[in-house]
Amino acid sequence: MTLSIGTRLNRNVLVYKGIQPRILVDGNNYEDASLYRSRGGYRELDDEVAFLNDVSASGLRGRGGAAFPVAVKLASVRTAAGDSVVVANGEEGEPTSVKDRWLLRHRPHLVLDGLRLAAQVVGTMTAVVYLSDSPARDRVEKALEELRGDASFGLQVTVVQVEPSYVAGEETAAVQAINGGPALPTDKPPRPFEEGVAGLPTLVNNVETLANLALLHQLGPEGYRRVGTDNSPGTFLMTLSTAAGASLCEVPFGVTLREVLSWSGIDPDGVRGFLMGGYFAGVIGPRALDLSLDYDVYASAGTGLGCGAVIILDEETCAVATSAAVMTYFGRENAAQCGSCFNGTSAMANVLESLRDSAADLAELDRLKRWSTFLRGRGACGTLDGATNVAASLLREFPDSVEVHLRGACPSCETGKFPSYPPYGVSYAADDV
Amino acid sequence: MEIRLDRTLCDGFGMCAEYAPQTFSVDEWGYVSLYPGKSNVEISEEDGVRRALLDCPVHAIIDTTSKNK
Repeated sequence: MTLSIGTRLNRNVLVYKGIQPRILVDGNNYEDASLYRSRGGYRELDDEVAFLNDVSASGLRGRGGAAFPVAVKLASVRTAAGDSVVVANGEEGEPTSVKDRWLLRHRPHLVLDGLRLAAQVVGTMTAVVYLSDSPARDRVEKALEELRGDASFGLQVTVVQVEPSYVAGEETAAVQAINGGPALPTDKPPRPFEEGVAGLPTLVNNVETLANLALLHQLGPEGYRRVGTDNSPGTFLMTLSTAAGASLCEVPFGVTLREVLSWSGIDPDGVRGFLMGGYFAGVIGPRALDLSLDYDVYASAGTGLGCGAVIILDEETCAVATSAAVMTYFGRENAAQCGSCFNGTSAMANVLESLRDSAADLAELDRLKRWSTFLRGRGACGTLDGATNVAASLLREFPDSVEVHLRGACPSCETGKFPSYPPYGVSYAADDV
Repeated sequence: MEIRLDRTLCDGFGMCAEYAPQTFSVDEWGYVSLYPGKSNVEISEEDGVRRALLDCPVHAIIDTTSKNK
């Protein structure tokens, strides 16, 4: 039996206790251009070099998953010869995350302001908003209409919409789709900052990253750093899911999941573990409760914050069954391009499904262990790395659960309550706007 | 000599890993990746890499020597 535990956002938009919200300032209300201006948006940028220095001093890191320093990316496109292009990447392929769609649906001007600033820093007037969500597209076009004739905006923006898929949000997939091809990743090099849209150096930034760029312009680097940690300053959007529902939360870096769960009314002691960074960073046991929410702290712990999606595995949820479900997703939703990826994800899914069903043997488990390290880095995009993270983290974090499945007596799995497809996918319907 | 490998094109013929085994790492399904740092081809591997480049049925190996100079 498969029990559906797909979750719905249900308008749960929450700001962590005691902080001044930066992004979730007004619940689910749409922010138009005049309201955004009244909050300090679209202020003139008169010195690009000084602003780039501010971005560097702020320590702003990308929110798309890789946490790359934004100033470095800006500088690399700025210093490239000739014209360039900037892209706001709002194609949220990760089924457990809703934050990018929320931003585009409710605060498109915050994103467009960041896009304008990024364009000015790299020295271009050509910009693209790349997305798949139709309600988000409607809101972006409405926002652009509000800016029509506004000379201070001064950016030529094209909106490119693609069909949603896990791999479509990868930056080379965005570039290929904008260039008229399929929304599939390409191998690197070249990276988009070297050769991207129309062959030009291209800055591709996640929309939450661009929102933070606009906030940084309003707050200044010191103001921006008032919240967060030294290495992960500011706040971030966390899509927090349980089997019962999902919430979009604005959380300061530096607090712990124990604090976040307690604040949101979830008993941390009833947690078996987490699926971290959506599907990308794999599973982790209860030790994650006391890690500071910081990119580097999480990386040192062998996991990652990724796009900020956190799925709580409760006491009735088996980490093996969860990992099998995620690996099955990777096996189906990979780009079907790189042989190591479509073979590797499928092979790892077979082993994990056997393990979940208590039918795997030690030889299969040894193969899974080998693939979890050998296959890392063997795909053009990050899908195969996400899959190896799932396998490696299960073996590292939940050896007892693996052992139980080898013996054939997992109490959670005997109930037959496995995640529906896609596992822990958060529904964000158009009527949730 | 500098090369890049387009793994989205590779069809797993695996000849490259036979011609230049220090450059191309092959998985158990026959698909290859470059070993780390091996986009800069070692002199001792150049003949094998050049043969792999010319023989690859899907042209997944690209000579980037002139482009990067």
